[in-house]
Amino acid sequence: MMIDLGSDRLGPSGDLFYAELLQVHEGLSPEDSARLNVRMVLLLANQIGNLDALRAALAKAKERFER
Amino acid sequence: MGRYQYQHFGYVPPPELSGRAAPSRYPVVIVGAGPIGLAMAIDLAVRGIASVVLDDNDVVSVGSRAICWAKRTLEIFDRLGVGERIVAKGVTWKIGRVFHGDREVYDFDLLPEDGHKMPAFVNLQQYYVEQYLVERAREFPDLIDLRFKNKVIGVRHLVDVVTVSVETLDGSYQLTADYLLACDGAKSLVRAELGLEFAGKLFEERFLIADIELKADFPSERRFWFEPTFHAGQSALLHKQPDDIYRIDLQLGWDADPEVERQPENVLPRIERVLGRSDFELDWVSVYTFQCRRLERFVHDRVIFVGDSAHVVSPFGARGGNGGIQDVDNLGWKLAAVLKGHAPEALLSSYDDERIRGADENIANSSRATNFMTPKSAMEKILRDEVLDLAGEMPFARRLVNSGRLSVPCSLAGLPLQTPSADAVLEPGSPCKDAPLRKDGEDVWLLNQLGDGFALLSFGSRPRIEVTDIAYIHVARPEEGDLQDVTGHAFERYGDGMTYLIRPDQHVAAAFRIPDAAAICAARDRALARP
Ligand SMILES: Cc1cc2nc3c(=O)[nH]c(=O)nc-3n(C[C@H](O)[C@H](O)[C@H](O)COP(=O)(O)OP(=O)(O)OC[C@H]3O[C@@H](n4cnc5c(N)ncnc54)[C@H](O)[C@@H]3O)c2cc1C
Repeated sequence: MMIDLGSDRLGPSGDLFYAELLQVHEGLSPEDSARLNVRMVLLLANQIGNLDALRAALAKAKERFER
Repeated sequence: MGRYQYQHFGYVPPPELSGRAAPSRYPVVIVGAGPIGLAMAIDLAVRGIASVVLDDNDVVSVGSRAICWAKRTLEIFDRLGVGERIVAKGVTWKIGRVFHGDREVYDFDLLPEDGHKMPAFVNLQQYYVEQYLVERAREFPDLIDLRFKNKVIGVRHLVDVVTVSVETLDGSYQLTADYLLACDGAKSLVRAELGLEFAGKLFEERFLIADIELKADFPSERRFWFEPTFHAGQSALLHKQPDDIYRIDLQLGWDADPEVERQPENVLPRIERVLGRSDFELDWVSVYTFQCRRLERFVHDRVIFVGDSAHVVSPFGARGGNGGIQDVDNLGWKLAAVLKGHAPEALLSSYDDERIRGADENIANSSRATNFMTPKSAMEKILRDEVLDLAGEMPFARRLVNSGRLSVPCSLAGLPLQTPSADAVLEPGSPCKDAPLRKDGEDVWLLNQLGDGFALLSFGSRPRIEVTDIAYIHVARPEEGDLQDVTGHAFERYGDGMTYLIRPDQHVAAAFRIPDAAAICAARDRALARP
């Protein structure tokens, strides 16, 4: 099955999510920011709960460093 | 075409200093003849309310400042009698393009549906808008007393009355008013005189804003670049204006020295890099730092704040002037109703509820766009860059790219003046939607039919309903009435068989599937805050 990573599912909440994401990082050291991001990834991975989707997302995320 | 010729409106000694007859008390004094003060005076005059407008200067805005006028603002300008002139002179656009580096990542169409008199956006320099408003105001010589070079230097606010001290070339005088409308801009003296806090934030970023004259036929689009190759690491915005004038905004960074950056020898090469050519002339240049702030309340008994004196936003989204014109739209009919004794003074506090909602929306949107453009930490920068990188390919990331969410009207749904309705196709609190209609064989627009008071707007075959003091407007199918929906847009936007009570500011107050006079009167009384 094709995994659809691109379609927008946040709609108008996207701007709010972005603002809140900036907010949780505010005042953190770079290392703590990295930790926070990892915790987010773990929580979201569990939320998605689908290994195929996660693999597709990992591959897409990695593309950037393989160009 | 040639550049704009600034004209001095001139100073006329006020009656208070020249021995002419002057009333001891004026119903309304407006401080500031910027776009907001002028529109305010016209809105009141259209409703038969007289005002005195005091301005410390006697020319229009120097430099283009507000250039993007949104559809709802144009509809309000049309109600005030300057809309068609603004559209005729301005550059109409609806497409925006966003680039990252040299790559286009995103484009948007701001008015995807047709059947509206006014376009999504018109670009017109603030000086033209102010000039047209001054000329329109002068068509009400009995109602609008425009006093240029009359500077307000003090405000005394007592119970139910306000006194202002005014300074002129001929000396000082005092004016007493029932209501003082502070339209004196972001640095409001009235606000300072009342000792009110203007809370919010300053963005630690500087922007170079320039108007250049250039003969070129760039398309009528908004173009925004993140990290363009011609302006490394920063952002840039290009807008077309009439008279071969283009507006360029360049992000400079917080460390930039505004005095140095303003110098032509520094500005010119930057702009040459944007345009890839040097056959242009500099018309106006300024370096800005942007803020988002607002007063906690806009209504302070008899002193009411309107426009930038009440709230300021960063310009990405064009929400400053547009937000202020919506303030005017909201306040004009309310103040007129109170002054004529048609509504209790409590109606004015709904201006606070309704326009603070609008201001907060504008501040939230402008802040988010400015934050996206000006990352404040390494983490914010990484987040922004990765969104931009993904945006080329991934639609969800494209939606996160934020170069300004452009001004849209604020919905007043759920606020106390509106009567909720489960049946409504257009929800109470929404601004009316325009639609093309036919009247006596001529093409007309729905919004132009609404008039200046409350109106009942009904669609399809319904028995006529009469309510005193409320205009009745019936939109029929083709061949079935005086005012016909020949394209089907009106029925689609409002619903066949629906009846709406429309406020004097063209917002839906109530909606009825089966209207009756008692329910309509109750909704009208509610919209006037009558007890
Ligand atoms: C670079 C830039 C770009 C912008 N772009 C846009 C845009 O595209 N779209 C948009 O909608 N908005 C835009 N804005 C915002 C817009 O310019 C303002 O929101 C708008 O001018 C506010 O109008 P105003 O009448 O409230 O205040 P002002 O235009 O500031 O007018 C206030 C008036 O009061 C007078 N005054 C002040 N103090 C006194 C006193 N003590 N006595 C007598 N008179 C006094 C002043 O002389 C002035 O005439 C932009 C602003 C900037 C700076």
